Amino acid sequence: MIKSIIGHPVVLLVAHRIAMGLLLLFAASLLIFAGTQILPGDVAQSILGQSATPQALANLRAELGLNEPAVTRYISWLVGALHGDLGTALTNGQDIADAMGRRLGNTLFLAGCAAIIAVPLALTLGLVSVRYQGRWPDKVISAVTLASVSVPEFLLGYIVMFIMAVRLHAFPSVSTVYDSMSLLERLNAIALPVTVLVLVVLGHMMRMTRAAILNVMQSAYIETAELKGMRPFRIIWRHALPNAIAPVVNVVMLNLAYLVVGVVVVEVVFVYPGMGQYLVDHVAKRDVPVVQACGLVFAAVYIGLNMIADVVSILANPRLRHPK
Amino acid sequence: MSRIPLSALIGMVVTAAYFLAAIFADVISPYGYAEVVGNVWDPVSAEHWLGTDSIGRDLLSRMIYGGQITIFVAAAATVLAFATGAFFGFLAAVSGGWVDQVLSRLVDLLMSIPALILALVILSVLPVSIPVLIGVMGLIESTRVYRLSRAVAVDVAVMDYVEAARLRGEGTIWVIFREILPNALSPLVAEAGLRFIFMVLFISTLSFLGLGVQPPLADWGGIVKENKEGIVYGIPAALIPAVAIATLAISVNLVADWVLTRTSSLKGGRG
Repeated sequence: MIKSIIGHPVVLLVAHRIAMGLLLLFAASLLIFAGTQILPGDVAQSILGQSATPQALANLRAELGLNEPAVTRYISWLVGALHGDLGTALTNGQDIADAMGRRLGNTLFLAGCAAIIAVPLALTLGLVSVRYQGRWPDKVISAVTLASVSVPEFLLGYIVMFIMAVRLHAFPSVSTVYDSMSLLERLNAIALPVTVLVLVVLGHMMRMTRAAILNVMQSAYIETAELKGMRPFRIIWRHALPNAIAPVVNVVMLNLAYLVVGVVVVEVVFVYPGMGQYLVDHVAKRDVPVVQACGLVFAAVYIGLNMIADVVSILANPRLRHPK
Repeated sequence: MSRIPLSALIGMVVTAAYFLAAIFADVISPYGYAEVVGNVWDPVSAEHWLGTDSIGRDLLSRMIYGGQITIFVAAAATVLAFATGAFFGFLAAVSGGWVDQVLSRLVDLLMSIPALILALVILSVLPVSIPVLIGVMGLIESTRVYRLSRAVAVDVAVMDYVEAARLRGEGTIWVIFREILPNALSPLVAEAGLRFIFMVLFISTLSFLGLGVQPPLADWGGIVKENKEGIVYGIPAALIPAVAIATLAISVNLVADWVLTRTSSLKGGRG
């Protein structure tokens, strides 16, 4: 019994995907480390600036361990990161893992709220535009989509802020959150960034959902269902959607991964205390350990979501369920 | 050849207008880009068509010069991305074997980190200057171009005329530039439009975060950054670049869409 489960092609494929994901994450950590270490810019020089004395440079290099070979530093960094020790920030000596913990929570809360609204909305709008393909609802939806993907996230943020906060006074323009805030106050504070994030991913997600379902709509069994006289929405719901589930899940996951990046910019616009702002602040200060740690976390989330997308599409493919 | 549809025509006119404004910025802009000519955030007037900015510079002139920088950086990065991405993509498709494996896995790796995050990580140690920005953006985006050109070239590489060229004893470089490139050009041209828009959004985002074009120069993202404090007082100066970016992006998209449909219908049965 166990042997047959282990030998099952689906299990093998899933295990293969997860192993690939982990390998990719490992390689990504190498890339992030190499990107900040081996590039021509010297970390010590960029922290102290051009006017630094050679003595000060030498001291800082010794303090940062820059005199050891890159491989040694990489291994000790990676081992530390695996144990939850991300080192300390150069600029204020704070423990990075501590500083990051709460911010990561804030960011996931923001992205989670956006995802809860955006995913059902995008799927519904995708279904509507397939149902009314080529007619005005479809055209309106694709025009709005084109407009929303043509404006960068931060500008969308300011447009929303200008209309909702400054003109209408509906929500606060700056999303400050404290620990003592109740959930409702918190939701009120992040209403605008969530709106922006929803707008950012909605267009893509809807367009790709539409494409995935339209692809299935050309199958022979859809024609059969049409000839049986089924209602268009029912055909889409009962016949097209279940067969499009793998691509649709893929679309959702890809866009959630995209959300992770959109969050960086939106946090800066609304001065929200999350990971994105933490990263951007410390890039400007050239605080390399913080940048590395943030890069690693962002990469892990991104790779993880992509991996889940692959695993779900394997599981959703019935052809793989029964070994030949 | 069919008539050019209205949407593509509008797209071309608007795109051309932006490019011309960028090229002739010195001639058409009413004031210098760093010249303080009024009060802080003067409203729209006959002297200042878009008002003035956060320190009293003419906003229209800032926008024209900003467009010049935005378009120049985005175009240069797009060219770099296509030169490297397409070359290595074709090379991988023509060579196959381990060359293809190594390049493709390297691209998988680069694409496993979101472009903005990777750019931020690299810019945290490099001096932020315009050549560095073009290099970083171009190389990060060349991964997308690589994927597309490899996919297109794999289809072309199995054609009889490629085999004929190989049997004639032509080298790999000759095959890439004389056989693959002309036959893979049209999908790449349409993609170039989309990549260019992505570059415009990319550089604007970096500048907005303070990690792109440095003051006193400013691209459109930088103008947003300079004027963002005005938003809470109801001054819409920071929103003007939004109009510029969005209209440029939409018009390039319209042209790219048309190029794509035109070339795919030209392809006929090869599909």
